Amino acid sequence: MRGAPFSMNVLRPRNAPEALRAFSKNPKLTPLAGGTDFMVAWNAGQLQNRVVLDLSRLKEWKKIQKTKEGIRIGSLVTHRRIQEHPVVRSMFPLLVRACAEVGGWQIQNRGTLGGNIANASPAGDTFPPLSVYEGMVNVLSPRGRKRVPFHQVFAGVKKTTLQPGELIESIEIPYLKNRPHHQMFRKVGTRAAQAISKTVAAGLLWLKKDKTVQELRFALGSMAPTARRLKSVESFCLGKRMTPEVVDRACELLVQDVSPIDDIRSTREYRLRVSQNLLRSFLNG
Amino acid sequence: MISIEVNGEKRTFKGFPFKRLIDVLRQDFGLMGTKEGCGEGECGACTVLVNGEPVNSCLIPVCQVEGTRIETVESLGRPASPNVLQKAFLEKGGSQCGICTPGMLMTAWAWVRGGGSDKPQAIRNVLAGNLCRCTGYQHIVNAVVQAVRDRKKIIRNPKSTIQNRKSK
Repeated sequence: MRGAPFSMNVLRPRNAPEALRAFSKNPKLTPLAGGTDFMVAWNAGQLQNRVVLDLSRLKEWKKIQKTKEGIRIGSLVTHRRIQEHPVVRSMFPLLVRACAEVGGWQIQNRGTLGGNIANASPAGDTFPPLSVYEGMVNVLSPRGRKRVPFHQVFAGVKKTTLQPGELIESIEIPYLKNRPHHQMFRKVGTRAAQAISKTVAAGLLWLKKDKTVQELRFALGSMAPTARRLKSVESFCLGKRMTPEVVDRACELLVQDVSPIDDIRSTREYRLRVSQNLLRSFLNG
Repeated sequence: MISIEVNGEKRTFKGFPFKRLIDVLRQDFGLMGTKEGCGEGECGACTVLVNGEPVNSCLIPVCQVEGTRIETVESLGRPASPNVLQKAFLEKGGSQCGICTPGMLMTAWAWVRGGGSDKPQAIRNVLAGNLCRCTGYQHIVNAVVQAVRDRKKIIRNPKSTIQNRKSK
């Protein structure tokens, strides 16, 4: 069954205070950003009879701003705009790469970073980069603003820790203190464009002069109910030289940090193997 | 009431605000050129330009495009006077069954008009959100390559006519 427009009510606040007021008055509202996920389900006949809080008029949430500590990306900034922004391009290339692999040009023009996060798909392509860049999510409610570390936004598959009445205002990403020696973003899907990931990885690696690991950050998407930082792998590698034995052990440890499943896109075994190969090639530099 | 500019004309829509843009274009404005393929944002057949940028019109409730400038395939040339991109599609065999063609044209038009490159790989990336069920991609890419080059020629020398090629 197709979606029925007459079953839907739409509220179109002009600014953030109006949006928050409407949402606190009616906690059952469904916030709508770019609609690239919502409308797919709606077209298929789900999510009918809703009151939608359309955020598309909130101009102030469509800006990318430089701050002293980093960059602040408004929640309604599209994947396309992120790719075009000169500061994001030079400071956060992994995020740019991820945004370039979300859907095609059409989807990138509509889909927003805040919508992507609120949707909380296990396969969100921007999540591994946001994880290794250690982004913070600014959440607004009538009670004020709170800063939530990126990973704490997610509660499970398509579930966030956001409460009714709370809206994502922006995402802040701090500048890296030092240039990483290696960095990587890789998405593995059925085809180069438009596909949803089987596994998606982002990595940052800093080495000391003696080639031992000063800091490693590595995150995977599509490998657990939410994007995951490989904490066991990261702490194991700390202070070690990336010898073949150490890399082998790190790849074994990867299993402890994720819980991939068999689904329509791939199998647990394939996902693990490919993710281990990505980690291996990253650590081998 | 929702006001939109469609193909250069001011239009208003008084129906349900959650009606999809594609349905408003086809049913309310009588612009049947835009096709619906998958209804999921995978195939790009429904691509139109909103403020010059390609989007899937099946994924947009019409209230979200209030005050914007929309271009559909009807804004390009007519059979008697195809634009540079349509001409290239005709000459290079870029259209087979035709269902993907309006979407292909609109995505490619945003690229060609925006001064995009004629590199086939860049064009393939640009068209990644448009599926051709006849799998006629090579001809489509060839057509866009030609359109990019022809448009540059026309801009350089407005009097040069790309019609010459056919009569040669």
